[in-house]
Amino acid sequence: MSTAESPLTKKDFKSDQDVRWCPGCGDYGILNAVQTAFANLGKNRHDTVIISGIGCSSRFPYYMETFGFHTIHGRAPSVATGVKLANPELDVWVISGDGDSLSIGGNHLIHTLRRNVGLKILLFNNRIYGLTKGQYSPTSEKGKRTKSTPLGSIDQPFSPISLALGAGATWVGRSVDIFAQHLVSMIEAMDAHQGTALLEIYQNCNIFNDGAFQGFTEKSVRDERTVEMRAGEPLLFGPDGAKKAVRFDAGMAPQVVTVGEGGVAEADLPKWDPSAGSPAAAMSLATAPEDALPVPIGVFRDVQRPKYEDETIAQMQQAKAGKQESLEALLTGSETWTVG
Amino acid sequence: MTDTEPTTREFTELDQIVIRFAGDSGDGMQLTGDQLTRTTAIMGNDIATFPDFPAEIRAPAGTIPGVSAFQLRFSNFDIHTPGDDPDVLVAMNPAALKVHVGALKKNGVLIVNTASFKATDLKKAKYESNPLEDGSLDGYRLIEVDLTKLTRETLEDSPLDTRSKDRCKNMFALGILYWLFHRDMQPSIDAIRAKFAKKPDVVDANLKVLQAGYHFADISGIFQSSYKVAPASFMQPGTYRNLMGNQGLCLGLVAAAKQAGLQLMLGSYPITPASDILHQLSTYKHHGVVTFQAEDEIAAVCAAIGASYAGNLGITSTSGPGIALKSEAIGLAVMAELPLVVIDVQRAGPSTGMPTKTEQADLLQAMFGRNGECPLPIVCARTPGDAFEAGYEAVRIATKYMVPVMVLSDGYVANGSEPWRIPDEADLPKIEVEYAEERTDGGEFHPYLRDPETLARPWAVPGTEGLHHRIGGLEKADVTGHISYDPKNHEHMVRTRAEKVERIAADIPAADVLGETSGDVLLIGWGGTTGAITAATLRLQKAGHKVSAMCLRYLNPLPRNVETMLRSFKTVLVPELNCGQLAMLLRAKFLVDARPFTKVQGLPFSSQELEDGVMEALNRLNANGGEA
Ligand code: SF4
Repeated sequence: MSTAESPLTKKDFKSDQDVRWCPGCGDYGILNAVQTAFANLGKNRHDTVIISGIGCSSRFPYYMETFGFHTIHGRAPSVATGVKLANPELDVWVISGDGDSLSIGGNHLIHTLRRNVGLKILLFNNRIYGLTKGQYSPTSEKGKRTKSTPLGSIDQPFSPISLALGAGATWVGRSVDIFAQHLVSMIEAMDAHQGTALLEIYQNCNIFNDGAFQGFTEKSVRDERTVEMRAGEPLLFGPDGAKKAVRFDAGMAPQVVTVGEGGVAEADLPKWDPSAGSPAAAMSLATAPEDALPVPIGVFRDVQRPKYEDETIAQMQQAKAGKQESLEALLTGSETWTVG
Repeated sequence: MTDTEPTTREFTELDQIVIRFAGDSGDGMQLTGDQLTRTTAIMGNDIATFPDFPAEIRAPAGTIPGVSAFQLRFSNFDIHTPGDDPDVLVAMNPAALKVHVGALKKNGVLIVNTASFKATDLKKAKYESNPLEDGSLDGYRLIEVDLTKLTRETLEDSPLDTRSKDRCKNMFALGILYWLFHRDMQPSIDAIRAKFAKKPDVVDANLKVLQAGYHFADISGIFQSSYKVAPASFMQPGTYRNLMGNQGLCLGLVAAAKQAGLQLMLGSYPITPASDILHQLSTYKHHGVVTFQAEDEIAAVCAAIGASYAGNLGITSTSGPGIALKSEAIGLAVMAELPLVVIDVQRAGPSTGMPTKTEQADLLQAMFGRNGECPLPIVCARTPGDAFEAGYEAVRIATKYMVPVMVLSDGYVANGSEPWRIPDEADLPKIEVEYAEERTDGGEFHPYLRDPETLARPWAVPGTEGLHHRIGGLEKADVTGHISYDPKNHEHMVRTRAEKVERIAADIPAADVLGETSGDVLLIGWGGTTGAITAATLRLQKAGHKVSAMCLRYLNPLPRNVETMLRSFKTVLVPELNCGQLAMLLRAKFLVDARPFTKVQGLPFSSQELEDGVMEALNRLNANGGEA
C-alpha cells in the first residue's frame, strides 16, 4: 500500500456529490461516523473500496471519496468477495440494508460469513423498505401495517445477529445511528478484525418507519433500555447509580438482576466474553425479546479463524511451489504425436 | 507391445472406421471410448468423438434410459464429424442393443456380451424374444462373446471380489477392438497404471483382461479379417494432442490471461455440462488461476465481476439456466463497462430440459436476455479445438473493449474431442492490457473518458493512487461517471455502449468461406454444427453442386463479409439445433430470405440430414427455373 497521501481528515472522505437521503434520515449519522472513523484509522482513499447493493443505504459509496461500486440488489458481498480474491490487500467495506442483505441477498450474506472473507459489512437495519417506499422487511415486527401489509404483517422477523452467529461469523456487533461515539468505536473495532465483520446498525427511517427504535434509543430511556457488551466486564446497565445487570440462568436464558439485591454481588456476575468457545451466550442475547430485556449493543462475537483469501493464496502458492510448468508445457499436456 | 503382436493377421486397409460402444452407465463405456480415442489420436489418425450420456440420475441397470454410448470415428483423411452410422457396434446388454442397433450399417460388425442376454435382461429392455436367436440381427455380422465369463476366467487368481472383476469386462471388449483395428495398447496400459496407481490389484486385473481380450480376438478366429487405417496424411506438420471442448476452452482462457499478464479468476457453480471447466481450472492453481465455487450462479458471476473490477480477468462458466440467473449481473458489467468472460455451455432446454443433451437454443438469450438495451459481444466454439481460440478471443475482446463477452459452447463441442495442433506460444496473438495510471496531481479522475477508437473506458483498478471514483448500475454521465438522469445523456450512453460493441466488427477476421463466394445454396451456421455443415458441404461440392458454407465464430457483431455472402446465393439455409434463432437474427438485420433448417432432439445433425436438406433446396431451385 502506498502512503504518499498525508493523513487524511474526515473532510477528505467526503465526495463532491450531493447527499440525497431524506432530511433527518439515520443514514447521515452513519456516513458521518464512517468518515470520522476512517480518518481516525489513518486510511487512504485509493486502497479503500466501498461496495453496496441496492436500497437507500446502498447510495453510500457515492458520498465517500474512495473507490466505490454500487452493484445490484443483494449481491454486494459476492462482488466484494471477488475483489478480495483478486487483491487481498484492498480494504473492502460492504454497505447494505435489511432488505438487501437479509431478503434478496440472504444467501450471499451467510456464505460470506461462513467463509470468513476479509470484508467489513455495515448492515443498516431500519426494519422497512425505504427506497421502494414502505413495504415490510425481514426484520419488520409481526403485525406491522405497511403498504404491502394493510392488515398487518404475518411474517416472523429474524435477527441479523442470530443469523450471523448461526452462519459461523467471526465478528458480530451492533450499534445505533444516533449513538455517534459508540458507532465510531464499533467501526474502528471491526476494522481491526481479521475476517468478516458484520455490524448491525439500527437506523431510523423517519419517512416510512419513524421511531422504530425510539423505545430504547431515546435519551430518556437509553440507559434503562440498552446494555453495552464490553469484553471482560459484566453486562451492567441502568440510569445513574442504578446497577442492573444481565446474567444467564441454567438454561442460558438471559435475566435481569439488580446488583446488591437478592444476594447478587457485582464480583459474582459473569464477565462478557465475545471470544468464548461457544456462541451460546451471544445467541441468547441476540434472540431475547426486545421488550423483555435491555437491547444489547457492542460486540457479540469476536473470534479468530483463517481468512478465506489467505487460504486461497496459500493454496495457490503451495501449488506453485509444487509444480512449475511453462505455458507451452500446459498446452502440450502428456500425450502428443508429431506430424511431418 | 511387441509381446502381444500376433505373427500373422489378415487385414483390410480402410480409410475410416466408425465405432460405437453402448452399455449401461455402469459399464464404463465413456472410459473405454476415451481409451480407444487417446490411442487412436496418438497413432496419428484424424478423430472425432461423440459421447452420448444418459440423464444424470442413474436409471435402473439394464433399462433403456440407463444406456450410455460413445462414438469414435477415425480416418486417414480430414473428418469433421464423429460419423453418422457406425461400422462397428459393441452392445453390452439388450437395452444398448435396442437403442443403437438401428444405426448400425448394413452388414456392420455387431459385438454383443451374451452374458447379459438372460431372460430378465431381455425383459428389462422390453424385448419380446431374444434378438440373438430370433433372426432380427441377420443383416449384421454378429459376434457373440461371453465377456463376463471370459473376464472372470481370466481373473480366476485375482484377489478382487466378483463385482470388481465384472467391472473389468469393458477392458476385454477394448482388447478385442485393439486387435481388430491394429491399435497399440501401450498408451492404455500406461493410463491404467496411472489411474489406479494406488490399487495394484485393480491395475493387474484391468491389464490382464485387456490383454486377454486381445489374445482372444487373435486366436479364437471370430473375425475373418482385421482392419487397418493408415495415419492421416493431410495434417499440417506439428505436434498434436487430443483435445476436448471444455478442455480447449480452459486452455484458451489460461493462455490468453498469461499473454495479457492478468490473473485469471473463475467464479462458478456446478452445472451440467459446464462443470468440467470449473474442475479443470481448479487444477491450474500453479498457473496463478483462482477458482471460486460460489453458493449460487449469481454469486459466481458477481465475484467474477468484483475480480475484474479489482484488475483480474473475471470469468464465469455455466449453462443456459445459469445464464438466466446471471443476467442482471451481466447487465451490471455492461453498465460498469468491465471486462468479463461469460461461458454458456448450452444444453437442451427450456428450464431443466435435458441437461446431458446438446442444443443451440441460447443464442437469443445471449443476445437479448437482459433488461434494457444491453448488447455484448458473442463468440462461439465451433469444434473442440476451436474452443481454444474462442476462449482466447473472448479475453482479447473483453479486455480491449472493457465489456463482458459471452462464449457459447454446447454439450456436443464440450464433450467431443479431436486432434489439436498445439500452437507455438510465439504465434499466439498479443493481448496488451493497460490499467489507468496513478495520478498525484489531485485532479478529478474521469472513469468514463473513452478511447476514441475503441470507445473503451479506462480500467482504473482500486489501489491505484489518485484514481478513486464511483461506478455502479445507475446510468452515468459520460466522461465523469457521475449518476445522471439527463435524458440526452441516457440516449448517448445507450448508443455509445452499442457502438462500442459494433466497432468490434472491424477488429475480427472475415468469416471463413468454404467454397465459392456465390452460387446456389449457402449454408450458414455457428458453433457445434460446424463439423456436420463442413462434411455435408464438401460432399455436395464433390458431387458438383454450387454449395458453399460459412460457419461463424463471431455472432455479435457479425463479421463484415456476412451480408455480401447472404446476398450472393439463390438460397440461404441456416442449420441450427434450435427453432431458427440465427435465421431470425439474419432476417431481421439484413432483410434476406434466410431459411431456418432446424432440429431440436438434443442430438447433433448428421451430415446426411444436412445433405438431404440442401438437395431439397436445390431441387426446389431447379423446379422453379433457378429462382429461390
Ligand atoms: S426513505 Fe427512509 S431510509 Fe430512505 S433515505 Fe428516506 S428516511 Fe432514509
